[in-house]
Amino acid sequence: MRGPAARSLLFAALLLSSCSPLQSALVPEGDTARAIAGLFWFFVAVCAAVWLIVMALLLIAVLPKRTAMPDPQIEPDVARERRIGFVIAGGIAATVIVLAVFTGASFLSNKSFAEPRPHSLTIKVTGHQWWWQVNYEARQADQTFETANEIHIPVGQPVKLDFESPDVIHSFWVPNLAGKQDLIPGRYTELTIKADKPGIYRGQCAEYCGIQHAHMAMFVVAQEPQEFAAWRAQQLRSGGGPNSAELRRGQQVFVSSACAMCHTITGTTAGGRVGPDLTHFGSRMTIAAGTTRNSLGNLTGWIADPQGVKPYTRMPAVALTGPDLMAVSHYLESLK
Amino acid sequence: MSAAPKVLRDTDIGDLELEDRLRALWRTPRGLMGWLSSVDHKEIGVRYIVTAFCFLALAGGSAVIMRLQLATPDAHVVGPDKYDQLFTMHGSTMMFLFAVPIMQAFAIYLVPLMVGTREIAFPRLNAFSYWMYLFGGVFLWFCFFSNNGPDVGWFSYTPLALTQYNVGHRADFWAQMITYTEVAGLAVAVQTIVTIFKLRAPGMSLDRIPIFVWGSLVTAFMVVFAMPAVMVASTMLILDRLVNTHFYDVSLGGDNLLFQHLFWFFGHPEVYIIFLPATGFVSAIIPTFARRPIFGQTAVVLSLIATAIMSFGLWVHHMFVTGLPRLGESFFTASSMAIAVPSGIQIFCWIATLWTGRPRFATPLLFVLGFIFNFVIGGLTGVMVASVPIDTQVHDTYFVVAHFHYVLIGGAVFPLVAAIYYWFPKVTGRMMSEALGRWNFWIAFIGFNVAFFPMHILGLEGMPRRVYTYSADMPWGGLNLLSTIGATIFFISFLLLAFNMARSSVRGTVAGNNPWDGESLEWATSSPPPPQNFTRIPVVTSGSPLWENRKTFPTVTGLRADRKEVLVSTLTEAEPDLREPSPDPSIWPLLAAIAIGITFLWSVYTPWAVIYGAVPITVTLVGWFWPKGTKEDES
Repeated sequence: MRGPAARSLLFAALLLSSCSPLQSALVPEGDTARAIAGLFWFFVAVCAAVWLIVMALLLIAVLPKRTAMPDPQIEPDVARERRIGFVIAGGIAATVIVLAVFTGASFLSNKSFAEPRPHSLTIKVTGHQWWWQVNYEARQADQTFETANEIHIPVGQPVKLDFESPDVIHSFWVPNLAGKQDLIPGRYTELTIKADKPGIYRGQCAEYCGIQHAHMAMFVVAQEPQEFAAWRAQQLRSGGGPNSAELRRGQQVFVSSACAMCHTITGTTAGGRVGPDLTHFGSRMTIAAGTTRNSLGNLTGWIADPQGVKPYTRMPAVALTGPDLMAVSHYLESLK
Repeated sequence: MSAAPKVLRDTDIGDLELEDRLRALWRTPRGLMGWLSSVDHKEIGVRYIVTAFCFLALAGGSAVIMRLQLATPDAHVVGPDKYDQLFTMHGSTMMFLFAVPIMQAFAIYLVPLMVGTREIAFPRLNAFSYWMYLFGGVFLWFCFFSNNGPDVGWFSYTPLALTQYNVGHRADFWAQMITYTEVAGLAVAVQTIVTIFKLRAPGMSLDRIPIFVWGSLVTAFMVVFAMPAVMVASTMLILDRLVNTHFYDVSLGGDNLLFQHLFWFFGHPEVYIIFLPATGFVSAIIPTFARRPIFGQTAVVLSLIATAIMSFGLWVHHMFVTGLPRLGESFFTASSMAIAVPSGIQIFCWIATLWTGRPRFATPLLFVLGFIFNFVIGGLTGVMVASVPIDTQVHDTYFVVAHFHYVLIGGAVFPLVAAIYYWFPKVTGRMMSEALGRWNFWIAFIGFNVAFFPMHILGLEGMPRRVYTYSADMPWGGLNLLSTIGATIFFISFLLLAFNMARSSVRGTVAGNNPWDGESLEWATSSPPPPQNFTRIPVVTSGSPLWENRKTFPTVTGLRADRKEVLVSTLTEAEPDLREPSPDPSIWPLLAAIAIGITFLWSVYTPWAVIYGAVPITVTLVGWFWPKGTKEDES
């Protein structure tokens, strides 16, 4: 299943999942996220109990007193003070025990994440202002390919993500699968993710990275292994020849206009490295790192006025005539 | 002694004549020049407080605009550029221009009164610090209103704040604002330490120092150790931007985590620099309204000191997702959790004080109870974010936004408002309205919780902080709207507070010296205090001097009545040691602040400003320190 059918299925899933959390640490769908959620709820339960106890004590403390006492009591009853001192010492001891248990639980959990895990797939994720470059790595050069803002992974297999940032600090965060990891210029960071079941997990940049930090989303699409293999095989193909006059015109406009200065479409002369690789643009769910859904209308609007859709995006408006604009949009949408 | 010129001592004359003479000596001269050259710690303290409240209003207003923008998905109240400036201004102003200065301002006003002296140590430095603070704040907000506000967040991470990604001068303005306010903050810290160490009334040995004064002392030491780190961070940032020093430029061997380490080495103690004075307010207010001295004075003081020391060992918990070694991170988990212990001791001692006392429910106590309610939530979520695995989920999300607002508003602003209700009569001589105070409390309490509690859930549902908008596809609209409603209610509570203050300062009932029947020395003098604070310096015989000595005080004799003098005492036992002249009003601190302020501002544009500016700075400092020819009084 690929092409339009696959995309409409993804779309349906996207629409459906917008009713339930797409991006939530409370709905773990990966082993790391599940372990963290378990630890989190343990902390919440204990902390809630502690809070209730403290509030109960505070409430009792401020209730009206029956016994008479001097006003002000300059020298309170020494024996009573001493007894209360012991009670407080007990409270402190209990606090220390709770904190020690918390620290131990946290340490063990952290240690388990730090252990290297065998992984079947390594993907290099590069953060840019304000989109994600995704490179699938392999031993043979002809098995590697590049995409953007969408990471497909096989279900049930740990996948290692290697992070890099050429500009500012970003943070990769797909809360349903795992905690976040910063991408820091000049430093090597990584994260291993695993999805338990097929689904589309949204994530977005979590470290303020400039003016469009809000529109730097990405999707992790977890697929059954054979579906993933099919997707991968499709991505390994080059852009594919346009098969109609309209699409040929679109391709012609793309490679001969400013578009090709920034974007790559394999199989054509367009080889720009500044913006996202568009070789399989038509197969992606969204435009501009999750800013709008990928549709012909949205794409046309985006190319005509990128600054109107995502202000301050690095993509400039390219002056195109109406027919050229439509041709380019059709062409890009045909790149499945 | 007969050869010495005749001096007039307080033993030579009666109380009334002495009071008149001291009042004339210590009074700030009238007129504009008098106002500009004042060195009276009370006047400067009030100026600090009023200025800090103006910045609170600006930063609070910024927050309301941000909340309106986030109330609905894809809103267009402000664009991304303005939004980024707003959250940067909000954070920078709240931390550097409101929270720290207002805590220091209370210390400037209250510490000399509480330790029973006539003036803060180094009063001219005090005046200078205020002007530096004012210029730094006004300068930053001027930049904002001319659409040049910094837009890189209050911690201004590199490389985003380097020239490559931040053209123009916005990040420079942020970095220089830090310099101004840190100069001011360090000056106040030094004055506070010296005042507490050397100017305490005789008999106020270490165990009789009021806990608020202890809190101010500990905080001042923290300022001395923490603030240099941020000055280094921001100075290296501005050097990178102006003269290409490459401290943070990765391509030339710099390192971006260096900035984060330096910033958070300051930034975490910063939270306690704000929080510890607030606990000082609480420890001053609870005994008055529980009608007994604080339970476990020694334990509370040791907790303050322990918190201060430990707070320097937690900074890495702001950096858990930067890819530092896991084992090292776990060490910081342990230290971050451990700091809950001294905070816990304080809370238990406050509850025990209330438990064994007979609480009287006036507005200050209400705000203190609200503080305990909210702060315990903030403390417990703090324990959660101290855990590395949990932090990897909630770091940089609205969960953390909720957490630190519970700690900073719940933990510091609620006690601050309590402190305003509590000491307003001392400062103005009039009581604030209790009826409005109760309204104020309930509106603030409800508004605060409605505004910030939902943010915990938003963060867990995946909403990162510092996003100017979010898509309608995300399930965040409802809680964001609720939060905005809460924020608006909370803002209104501050309007009510301002109204109550303004109205009460004119129409409030006259307070008298000690309206709450408090135990510490600031209540021994009139309300408002006279320029000399105390006509006769009290001798302290107990930790609760006003409760021990219901009628009259033992007082110090032998101070001169014909010049400004303070009594210097020994460090631990506060035995009277020396009489020290206190300086007269002077315009030089203002002139020095202007010269230094212009140099800092100019240096944003050219490094040569530091060279040219050295000339006027030297001139003003020479003027300031020119020998006055005051003879040492050796007797």
